[in-house]
Amino acid sequence: MARNVSTQRKLLTTVVAWTIAILIFFPILWTFLTSFKTEAQAIASPPVFLFFDWTTENYFEVQSRSDYFKHFMNSVVVSFGSTLLGLVIAIPSAWAMAFAPTKRTKDVLMWMLSTKMMPPVGVLVPMYLIFRNTGLLDTRTGLVIVLTLINLPIIIWMLYTYFKEIPGEILEAARMDGASLAKEIVYVLTPMAIPGIASTLLLNIILAWNEAFWTLNLSAAKAAPLTAFIASYSSPEGLFYAKLSAASTMAIAPILILGWFSQKQLVRGLTFGAVK
Amino acid sequence: MATLHTRSAARLMIAPSVLLLLAWMIVPLALTIYFSLLRYNLLMPGMEEFAGLTNYTYFLTDPAFFQAIFNTLAIVIGVLFITVVGGIALALLLDQQMFGQGIVRILVIAPFLIMPTVAALVWKNMFMNPVNGLFAWLAKLVGLQPFDFLANAPLFSIILIVAWQWLPFATLILLTALQSLDEEQKEAAQMDGAGAWSRFVYLVLPHLSRAITVVILIQTIFLLSVFAEILVTTNGGPGTQSTNLTFLVYAQALLQFDVGGASAGGIIAVILANIVAFFLMRMIGKTLEA
Amino acid sequence: MNLRTFLLGTCSAVALAGLAQAETLTIATVNNGDMIRMQKLADDFTSKNPDIELEWVTLEENVLRQRVTTDIATKGGQYDIMTIGTYEVPIWAKQGWLLPLDKLGADYDVDDLLPAIRSGLTIDDKLYAAPFYGESSMVMYRKDLFEKAGLTMPDAPTWDFIADAARKITDKDNEVYGICLRGKAGWGENMAFLTATANSFGARWFDENWKPQFDQPEWKETMEFYVKLMNDAGPPGASSNGFNENLSLFQTGKCGMWIDATVAASFVTNPNESTVADKVGFALAPDKGLGKRGNWLWAWSLAVPAGSQKSDAAQKFIGWATGKDYLKLVAEKEGWANVPPGTRTSLYENPEYQKAAPFAKMTLDSINSADPKNPAVKPVPYVGVQFVAIPEFQGLGTAVGQVFSAALAGQMSVDQALASAQQLATREMTKAGYIK
Repeated sequence: MARNVSTQRKLLTTVVAWTIAILIFFPILWTFLTSFKTEAQAIASPPVFLFFDWTTENYFEVQSRSDYFKHFMNSVVVSFGSTLLGLVIAIPSAWAMAFAPTKRTKDVLMWMLSTKMMPPVGVLVPMYLIFRNTGLLDTRTGLVIVLTLINLPIIIWMLYTYFKEIPGEILEAARMDGASLAKEIVYVLTPMAIPGIASTLLLNIILAWNEAFWTLNLSAAKAAPLTAFIASYSSPEGLFYAKLSAASTMAIAPILILGWFSQKQLVRGLTFGAVK
Repeated sequence: MATLHTRSAARLMIAPSVLLLLAWMIVPLALTIYFSLLRYNLLMPGMEEFAGLTNYTYFLTDPAFFQAIFNTLAIVIGVLFITVVGGIALALLLDQQMFGQGIVRILVIAPFLIMPTVAALVWKNMFMNPVNGLFAWLAKLVGLQPFDFLANAPLFSIILIVAWQWLPFATLILLTALQSLDEEQKEAAQMDGAGAWSRFVYLVLPHLSRAITVVILIQTIFLLSVFAEILVTTNGGPGTQSTNLTFLVYAQALLQFDVGGASAGGIIAVILANIVAFFLMRMIGKTLEA
Repeated sequence: MNLRTFLLGTCSAVALAGLAQAETLTIATVNNGDMIRMQKLADDFTSKNPDIELEWVTLEENVLRQRVTTDIATKGGQYDIMTIGTYEVPIWAKQGWLLPLDKLGADYDVDDLLPAIRSGLTIDDKLYAAPFYGESSMVMYRKDLFEKAGLTMPDAPTWDFIADAARKITDKDNEVYGICLRGKAGWGENMAFLTATANSFGARWFDENWKPQFDQPEWKETMEFYVKLMNDAGPPGASSNGFNENLSLFQTGKCGMWIDATVAASFVTNPNESTVADKVGFALAPDKGLGKRGNWLWAWSLAVPAGSQKSDAAQKFIGWATGKDYLKLVAEKEGWANVPPGTRTSLYENPEYQKAAPFAKMTLDSINSADPKNPAVKPVPYVGVQFVAIPEFQGLGTAVGQVFSAALAGQMSVDQALASAQQLATREMTKAGYIK
């Protein structure tokens, strides 16, 4: 009897959860469907859901107009590059803040986070001038540098909260055994910190992939990532929903797939020390 | 505990990121402060002259200034409210047993992975458009007049779009926190005859408080400078009803090309953001220490 | 030889070969249909000029404008050719940011360019940008709906006729709206239409002393006319409709009339995109009997930034893209109706074009009747029909556009909107030093 009720309840939960999940996901699904419609079908009223003449014409049109793979590679290099560089800089400092905190640690951390609150558009012109003078305009290097800097506070903070959960006794024990500082980091801390580092990595790749202000304004032809690719399909003259949907699908698909495949890792460390 | 040796090593290790961020803050900031004191329009080179605080006066007396502050806060608070309440509800739901939990979670995560520009374009054109949009079609199905979201409720529409993007983030963090709640504790509470509601209020909610503060902190950082969604959907309008501070600075910088004015606006935005940050840190600091 | 020297050697050899072989031109352009076609047909240029390679940066109009303006003003040097409008050319040329175009090729025939378009791109007798396509605005209307309502559209209608016809055609139950006009805020969106309309109502942005004129009765008349007409006969959500939104509405048969850019004519008569392709008629933009019609003038043009290292190659490309042979090339590949319009007299004299493009005459007449140097009934201190060619206009125009958009959405009254437009304009003009 009790078991029966529980199955019923499970069924009910399933129905409710699926309904909500599909509602939340629907805009993306709709974009995906629209990308296979003709422009006329894309704005048809009443809207067509599944029964239309599926066409891949939009994808060919988009590919013939702009070199998707060039933009894709730029996005990959810039988001992975900035994230890895950020991790290299952030891991030592997060480690230090977590295990050798001083009175000012909290303040330094908060100050770092507050640098993220500056509206980027206010400093566009100074940055553009700096980039011009250093020859970094329209280079992947330039974009990697900027994205590393804007995401560094989040990286440090995530790692810090994660490292703080590693029990201090383990370190004590390692020190007793005469482990050096470097060994301590490599052999003791890192294995314990892997989940946290992995999810920090993933979150920052997502943030860097989707960053659309600096990547668009500091690149032109050579270094332009997918955000610039999208900007050539939003609101042209004429009907554009289907082509925009195709371009959008192409731009978000890689990160969506990455996010889905790695969601376990992402979720495991995405706690910001919220779980005790 | 930490020895003198590790302390100095620690300083050494923090140094690179502190120095980098310091440079990242100070160089543009110094340039911005300098520019904010000039009469400097990008389209009129060679006319730069010292202008004192004129740019600040103009920015602060901009008819849209107070509206922009209000809108900035409204977006932050509105989105936080929706994502925290919705996130708790969703997390509680996803914590239950069900069929296909993995797929459900994947579907719920998705909006967080989408570029803001794409999200805004999709919502604007394919959903909120009062003629071709799906919402208009739904309204007509049930015999209602289509509602013109972006003209009649611009701020609400933007909050809705941004909340859609951040709901997954809140849900994930809250769900992880929820799953760390002891099964035994829950069962014990159930044994004691606590109802679902009192279990939620006295057991679950306190357990989630840390996660909630984290959600609030991280999201606030990003929400204070919501921009792409406004640019794509309403362009700050109608009137200035959906203009936030970032958008106001944008109008100075990339429509007027008034570098002086934009710099002043940027500085003011930084100051206001730091005030918000200060209160936030106070609040967070307490919860995180506990 | 070890691997490293081998690699280094190969790299430098490739680099050298690359230098000797090709010059790369980076072209910034708008994602409008005609430019996308140019990008597709550019193989014709590169096959004729194997030493030049093209790299395209195609962006949405607003993003493009921000990118190229930032770049040219800071001398970033990222682009060799920029696509800019009639608004930018006089301002940029005055700053010495653009290179005069004098190497467009022997057969370029500058005198063939339409005089109205050419004069907007010429400063001190030098051409600073070559027009790629030009446009004015005109009335596009549904012949079938007019017939059903027993109306006949004159070639040169008045605003009173348009308003009357719009109200008669409107059938909200069947989603047919008498008139679709721009309402989305932006200096190039609703303000383009409203400024041009205001010109025909006798209004102007500034008097001879740069004093804003929104407190004058002409603007009040314009705005009251517009808001009332749109409330009675416009589509829902008009305050977020720009060119594109109205285009979709018209193409799906939801508008009786649409007053907008002449380039739209080829979209609404294209049976692949439009459900009303064979039912569209054209007329000149309306007037109020004051001697000015409410039509504008715009040309998307190609320009070379001053200080460019590749100016010869860049001009060669511009000569190709805006020359007569390019029109023939498009006609061969895509038909005469798809040729970029509004730049050359010879195109409008071509009988094949006249036959393929029913909107040709109306487009030409509209372009010719626009006068950027004397846009309003009363004298003005500025150049530009639907804009004011001063650097401050983008920001000011957009701010005023937001207020007018709010008036259309019913969130403030026309009087309030005009009062705050006047306040905004006075503020900005004082800040910029026009008003002492």
